[in-house]
Amino acid sequence: MSDRSKTFALHGGVLALLFALQFVLPAYHHGNLARIMVLASFAVGYNVMFGYTGLLSLGHALFFAAGMYGMGLAVHYGGAGPVVALLAGLVAAIAVSLLVGLLALRTAGVGFMIVTLMFAQAGYLTVLYFTTYTRGDEGLVLQQAQRMLGSLDLSQPGPRYFAALGLFAVCMLAVLWMVRAPFGKVLIAIRENEERARMLGYDVFRYKLAAVVISGTICGLAGAAYGLLFGYVGATFASVQYSIFPLLWVLLGGAGTVLGPFIGALFMFYLIDLSSSVTSAYMLVAGVALVLLTLFAPQGLVGELRERVWRWLP
Amino acid sequence: MEFGPYLMLAMLEGAVTAAVLALTAVGLSLVFGVMRVVNVAHGEFFMLGAVLAWWVASHVGGPPALGFIAALAIAPLAVGGLAALADMTILKRVNYDPERTIVATIGILYILQQLTLMTYGPEARPVEPPFNTRLALPWFEWGEGGFQLYWPWGLGTTSYKLFVIGAAAAVLVGVWVLMARTRIGLLMRATQLDREMALAFGIPVERVYAMVFGIGGALAALGAVLIVPIQQAHYLMGGDPLLLSFIVVIIGGLGSLPGTVAAAVLIGLSDGIISVFFSPTLAKILATLLVALVLVFRPQGLFGTGSK
Repeated sequence: MSDRSKTFALHGGVLALLFALQFVLPAYHHGNLARIMVLASFAVGYNVMFGYTGLLSLGHALFFAAGMYGMGLAVHYGGAGPVVALLAGLVAAIAVSLLVGLLALRTAGVGFMIVTLMFAQAGYLTVLYFTTYTRGDEGLVLQQAQRMLGSLDLSQPGPRYFAALGLFAVCMLAVLWMVRAPFGKVLIAIRENEERARMLGYDVFRYKLAAVVISGTICGLAGAAYGLLFGYVGATFASVQYSIFPLLWVLLGGAGTVLGPFIGALFMFYLIDLSSSVTSAYMLVAGVALVLLTLFAPQGLVGELRERVWRWLP
Repeated sequence: MEFGPYLMLAMLEGAVTAAVLALTAVGLSLVFGVMRVVNVAHGEFFMLGAVLAWWVASHVGGPPALGFIAALAIAPLAVGGLAALADMTILKRVNYDPERTIVATIGILYILQQLTLMTYGPEARPVEPPFNTRLALPWFEWGEGGFQLYWPWGLGTTSYKLFVIGAAAAVLVGVWVLMARTRIGLLMRATQLDREMALAFGIPVERVYAMVFGIGGALAALGAVLIVPIQQAHYLMGGDPLLLSFIVVIIGGLGSLPGTVAAAVLIGLSDGIISVFFSPTLAKILATLLVALVLVFRPQGLFGTGSK
């Protein structure tokens, strides 16, 4: 089998497995998996910047929250339906990521990390500042009637799982297509050696800006979908924790791999789920995982797999 | 009260903030200057200092002064030792790669914070100050009888707050002497200027790094011990000092110690004054955005000289 057909077999197989699982999983894990798929879409978006372009952002909660609040405010105050609301979330995420990209890309390395962290912190504080509209930490709850997509009730487990799977499939396949296209190859070239890419005549700034906007758009879409599917829009999703999570998922799963973000989100979700039943200090797991990963497996799970077994993995 | 005394009170409170902030930020700046890494766990060293101060003070009997002095000695030492240990076991192994170090220190942040939550618990606990005399402050007035002093009601501070300012100033002078006048300081500066060359001259760079990381952590802990009789020790208290230290270090020019102290005084004082006029959240938003824009448009900091 050629690498190309192996790639399609593997990713198609994962999606088919996820589709089949909804008929066999017990209710609790069924709900979890829907949540994981939305969060994995968030991680897929993060991976476009961190994994493929080599831009380590510490502020992706901003994009997630931009999508989520763009959607939530449109529903809550504009009375928009799910489709219009999703579009509003997308527009918000694109605008925010374009602005952040234009400013933050003037810095590099550590400066870029701190600037994105600061922008996200300013975004979080802004959500808290406009508590009258956003309801701050308490958040907005979307009613069942506001989450009807035609005759599909997105608050029901079945349609919700289906929508989450659709979202994840679209995001993952879009990224798979992107990294196989010339555009993705240029991003990887920039990650590997920015100077050389510039010498070859590529407008590095434009490519990086495109990567930031694509990444921000996918993350915003995931944020909007999360709010819509689980009926809650809150300030927690704009906090630093939600900037660290996608980094953690991608690191754990494997930066610069198409399946890595999903594997990482899946593992970390269940790790935290299991430990939070034992202790309230469940973020300890995240901390230990971060340290161990940087020390022993900077490639992540799928990355190690690619290193050792399947060299063709995208 | 008139505006004048009010402003003076705000500035005094601001000076206490500035003193503690200067200690914390100088620790962060020292680490960045010498090792070229950003320590995101710095705020947790601050928090550990406060929590250890409470632990020591509550285990030492006798008058509050005794427990406080014990805390002042033990907490920075313990936190400094822990920081040096973290450097040797973790940071050394990622080769001080700037990005991987940030990720690793984020991990350390969560580990320290959550372990504190598991052992110390979610409560906020105070430490009794060693002395706390209330001092009334005079204000002047041009009245009918010419210049005269009087003591407006409510205008006052405590002896402890003045002690915090004095102690922080003394420690900062000590850091300056250490860096500029001792052999260890010389080694640190040599490492900062050129790591390769320092290695070639036989300077044990790894030990210097562990020491710098330890001193950085100890300074944060010291600042926390000083502030904990005024604020309370809590497992989430590390967030604000981390953010403020970042702001101070960036405004002051990354790695420049005099710039850091100047920025700490500026930020500390203006924090006191700004929060009188604006809502604290709005003040924080503006400060955060300002710092991000400083990094974007003037990466060498406001007090820095040219880019290198």
